[in-house]
Amino acid sequence: MKMMKGRFFPILVPVFSVILGLIIGAIIMLVSGYDPIAAYGALVTGVFGDSYNLGETVRTATPLILSGLAVAFAFRTGLFNIGVEGQVLVGWLASVYVGISLDAPMVIHLPLAILAGALAGAIWGVIPGLLKAKFKVHEVITTIMMNYIALYGTNGIIRAYLLQPGERTKDIKSSASLGSAFLGELTEGSRMHYGLIVAIIVAVIMWFILWKTTTGYELRAVGFNQHASQYAGINVSKNIILAMAISGAFAGVAGTMEGLGTFQYMSINNAFTGVGFDGIAVSLLGANGSIGIIVAAFLFGGLKQGALEMSSAAGVPTELVGIIIALIIFFVACSYLVHWLTNRFTKGGKL
Amino acid sequence: MKKRTGVMLSLALAAGTLLTACGKDDKAADDKKFKVAMVTDTGGVDDKSFNQSAWEGLQKFGADNKLKSGSDFKYLQSNSPSDYAPNLNKLVRDKYDIVYGIGFLMENDIKKVADQQPKGKLAIVDTVVDKKNVASIVFKENEGSFLVGLIAGMQTKSNKVGFVGGVESPLIKKFENGFKAGVKMANPKAEIMIQYAGDFNKAEKGLAIANTFYGKGADIIYHAAGGTGKGIFTEAKNRAKNGKKVWVIGVDRDQFEEGQPQGVTLTSMVKRVDIAVQQVSKDTKEGHFPGGKVVEFGLDKDAVSIAPHKENVSKDALAKVDEFKKKIKDGELKVPKDDKEYEEFLKTLKK
Repeated sequence: MKMMKGRFFPILVPVFSVILGLIIGAIIMLVSGYDPIAAYGALVTGVFGDSYNLGETVRTATPLILSGLAVAFAFRTGLFNIGVEGQVLVGWLASVYVGISLDAPMVIHLPLAILAGALAGAIWGVIPGLLKAKFKVHEVITTIMMNYIALYGTNGIIRAYLLQPGERTKDIKSSASLGSAFLGELTEGSRMHYGLIVAIIVAVIMWFILWKTTTGYELRAVGFNQHASQYAGINVSKNIILAMAISGAFAGVAGTMEGLGTFQYMSINNAFTGVGFDGIAVSLLGANGSIGIIVAAFLFGGLKQGALEMSSAAGVPTELVGIIIALIIFFVACSYLVHWLTNRFTKGGKL
Repeated sequence: MKKRTGVMLSLALAAGTLLTACGKDDKAADDKKFKVAMVTDTGGVDDKSFNQSAWEGLQKFGADNKLKSGSDFKYLQSNSPSDYAPNLNKLVRDKYDIVYGIGFLMENDIKKVADQQPKGKLAIVDTVVDKKNVASIVFKENEGSFLVGLIAGMQTKSNKVGFVGGVESPLIKKFENGFKAGVKMANPKAEIMIQYAGDFNKAEKGLAIANTFYGKGADIIYHAAGGTGKGIFTEAKNRAKNGKKVWVIGVDRDQFEEGQPQGVTLTSMVKRVDIAVQQVSKDTKEGHFPGGKVVEFGLDKDAVSIAPHKENVSKDALAKVDEFKKKIKDGELKVPKDDKEYEEFLKTLKK
């Protein structure tokens, strides 16, 4: 029992949640008159069916890895960064702006565009961090509000300064692009791009900062217990601001995946992209760890990409995948229930 | 122990169903049948606008040709702009004989997919994509605008009418010049106020312009301004509440509902995407796919018209509309679409 809890429980909860989510999803499909076997079959084909789908799955998962890392980083310091969505948007715009307006060889241009995105995201994250550290304004409220400022602010900037026919900006220069003809050819023309490498580098950075540096130790200490940290001589305010800056920077990089990879431009968004909000789910499912988040991002990316095939081949509305994702999160969130179920199954019904 | 085997068993079962589903292929459709599909933008098929109209067209086409919904003809919904490309790609690769992208937002994605799938046949609504395997469906908005211009010219009591455009472009100029020509044709004395909001999504700007126009004595405003037009309806309704009778002419689809409950919608200039989609599908089925061409839909195909709600339009005006409909169809009258043609039109009018 102890061992179950100690070593395997963190993995068991997400795995069981996913299975439960899929099973209940199947029940909902049955009740509403769809064939769950055909639907899940299509889901699998939609992810692994051919190299195009696989490439698009990787493409969908890439920004989710980064937004998941952003949420997780803040969470490790005890902060709930709901503002990833807004940080993604400002990062997207900043990277596209650099991508359009500068002329430089790729070795300089591309990293510069990514850094611009990171910087914009960091600034967007620091504001709620400062408010929290200096005035104790709750970060959930401020980050949500910052999302709206980002959405309408970026739209306004595009309209005023960068507008091209088609409600969008110009395409970025090819020297700032993460896209690759090679990966495209390899995957029958999918929009898979080199962003995955960036995402994995960022995952390693997060692991390194959190677990291998003194700063990371302080950040985690603040996350465990602010008051104890303060008493131990850790500067809590500084760490809160730092955590929000790094979290925002990660989110900004997630935005550059859209700007420099998938789209190569930024369009006027009528609604939030969802990348940031999905990041919360990815981080929760990935138990706030680098590897867990990468796995979770691929799961969500796969579900989202497979959903298109599900609606195409099995006629199941894509909204159903939204329901399944919600169910999975629901079960992760109430891990107590899963805990209880696993105990029942493994310990012969004793609680 | 027993319970544990139970868990293992159900897990194995779940894996089994997933795997069998994986091997199953439902795509054994009858290849001789003509298959047609469309990709919606994020609005979905119940957006009361282009997507819905296009889907109605496909449904009609399907019914006429005894096609099966969901396999022989279908739509794929896009949940976010990043879904456009995979959705289009999926349908082309599923061997649909023609795939529609609904709306100019898909322009870039259609271009990319057209390059990747040179054998696929694609069509885009409301914009022009210059590729051999893409048919561009556009409308003669100037002709429809001419008809509502006639109505405005006949029914204005103050001899002052207004036109509000979104962003000035050759497309919106077609609306403006068609409308002006219609007004002048019916009522040479009428004064026409013109203003561009510079934006398609700023209701508050629409409201301000409408306030000015109505304030200066105009009693009918025609808008080609998308979301900005909402503000015009709001202003008209506010004035109607205070007992002033003013009218708005809607655009793209029947905007009768927007004018409720005060009933300020005089009529609307409707673009019949359904008719266009049916026509292009029919041509393609008969082996005349208009790839690389711009297919214009005007009064001759009844693809632009006034809205079905006609209770606010006077009998005289309706008679006038019918009279000129015939003249335009017969080629007796050419409706101007740009400023130069409008000047020439005015000269012929004075004779």
